[in-house]
Amino acid sequence: MLEILKDNWLLFLIGQYPYGPLGGLAMTLFMAIASLALCFPFAVGLALARLSPYPWLRLPATAIVTIVRGLPLIMFVFWAYFLSPLVVGRPVGGVETLIITLVVYEAAYLSEVIRAGIEGLPKGQVQAATALGLGYWPTTLSIVLPQALHTMLPSMVSQFVSTIKETSLGYVISAHEVTFAAAQVNNLLLTQPFEVYGLLALTYFTLCFALTSCARLLEWRLSRPRSQAGATRISGANI
Amino acid sequence: MIHLFEPGGVLEGRYLDWFALGIGTTLVLTAAAWCLALTVGILLTLIRMLPARPCAWLVGAYVEYHRNVPLLVQIFLWYFGVPSLLPRPARQWLNAHDGQFLLAATALGLAAAAYVAEDIRSGIRSIPKGQYQAALSLGFGYLGAMRNVVLPQALRHAIPPLINQTLLLFKNTSLAMAIGVGELTYRARAVESDTFQTFDAFAVATGIYLAVSLGIMLLGAACARRLRVGTR
Repeated sequence: MLEILKDNWLLFLIGQYPYGPLGGLAMTLFMAIASLALCFPFAVGLALARLSPYPWLRLPATAIVTIVRGLPLIMFVFWAYFLSPLVVGRPVGGVETLIITLVVYEAAYLSEVIRAGIEGLPKGQVQAATALGLGYWPTTLSIVLPQALHTMLPSMVSQFVSTIKETSLGYVISAHEVTFAAAQVNNLLLTQPFEVYGLLALTYFTLCFALTSCARLLEWRLSRPRSQAGATRISGANI
Repeated sequence: MIHLFEPGGVLEGRYLDWFALGIGTTLVLTAAAWCLALTVGILLTLIRMLPARPCAWLVGAYVEYHRNVPLLVQIFLWYFGVPSLLPRPARQWLNAHDGQFLLAATALGLAAAAYVAEDIRSGIRSIPKGQYQAALSLGFGYLGAMRNVVLPQALRHAIPPLINQTLLLFKNTSLAMAIGVGELTYRARAVESDTFQTFDAFAVATGIYLAVSLGIMLLGAACARRLRVGTR
């Protein structure tokens, strides 16, 4: 196993980079970060639409989320794979296809997380903002979302872990990420599939477990009453 | 390509058979993996409740492994990796008995078991300790208290999340196409490459997935409504 790692660690980390496209773990992380960042505005929009009092906003948003939740990710991968070249009018690479897929897919799941965060806020917050004379947008942008996003941080980290795991589907459409790199190594060696895929599993595990532990730590920190944490901080500042 | 959506063409003759085969395989794969997941999930919960500390650690490690490694990688490890460790006769037996299907079902089932174990555990945790203590004071033993008082209530809490797990498992069977199991996604690709009616083939598969998923979702919602524990 160490022998495989010694010979192929660069392929695992960055793919064939200086001589070919960037790949490996670097591309996995890039795709996960890019798709989560790009889907964020859509997710906020979907969450606000689902909580809207207007049926013409609420019902389509609910339908979109339900449909996305009812389909396997691989179906979206294939739809994006076949549709995006038609829409763009030129060939679309595996990495771009996977990012498009994950933006659509994650927007629906992330919107559920955001919705839960907004619904978890005490009603008094919105009522107090209304009483102060703030309209819908000022209330949402400066009262509701900042607090909701704060309590949602652990779930966002978990969502990031899910996204990292989902990028492994890039293998199906030959996007050059770490699962694809492992398959290449396996095709070169031919005789040690358990070691190669074990190494791949270990790579994902190390990365994702570290992030999951971060999420747990965040959750523990945020679960402490906020006023008390603030009081500690203030008294600490006085000393 | 002129008629963008005309699913009639892919729903005739042998293509209809291919789709039927695909649905059948997907459902059988879901059922097989689900049975494995429930069995292993209950076993894991029981092991975790044993008083010895290392038991809880072992189950914790099992759960963390399956939650932090992509399912596709787990399937690859089972399909490409595990047979290379087996003795020759076992490998030949696998090759002769649809090894792809069996190994995919194993990988999917063992991964789902980690989530099932967590669901059952949080079901048991949601029952106040007083229930167990009251049962003991009424003269029940450990097993009697578990069987008559704690577990019936715990299962009530665990059923909605378990139905949600069924939905996830059903959708995850689509990953088995990567190792050549002839389930719905695999058949849709086969129809697509045979007819070049890309969108029709995938529209049919999408429709089938969506119909089954919505069915499971409705069942889950109905169960959650019926099993809602009254607030007392």
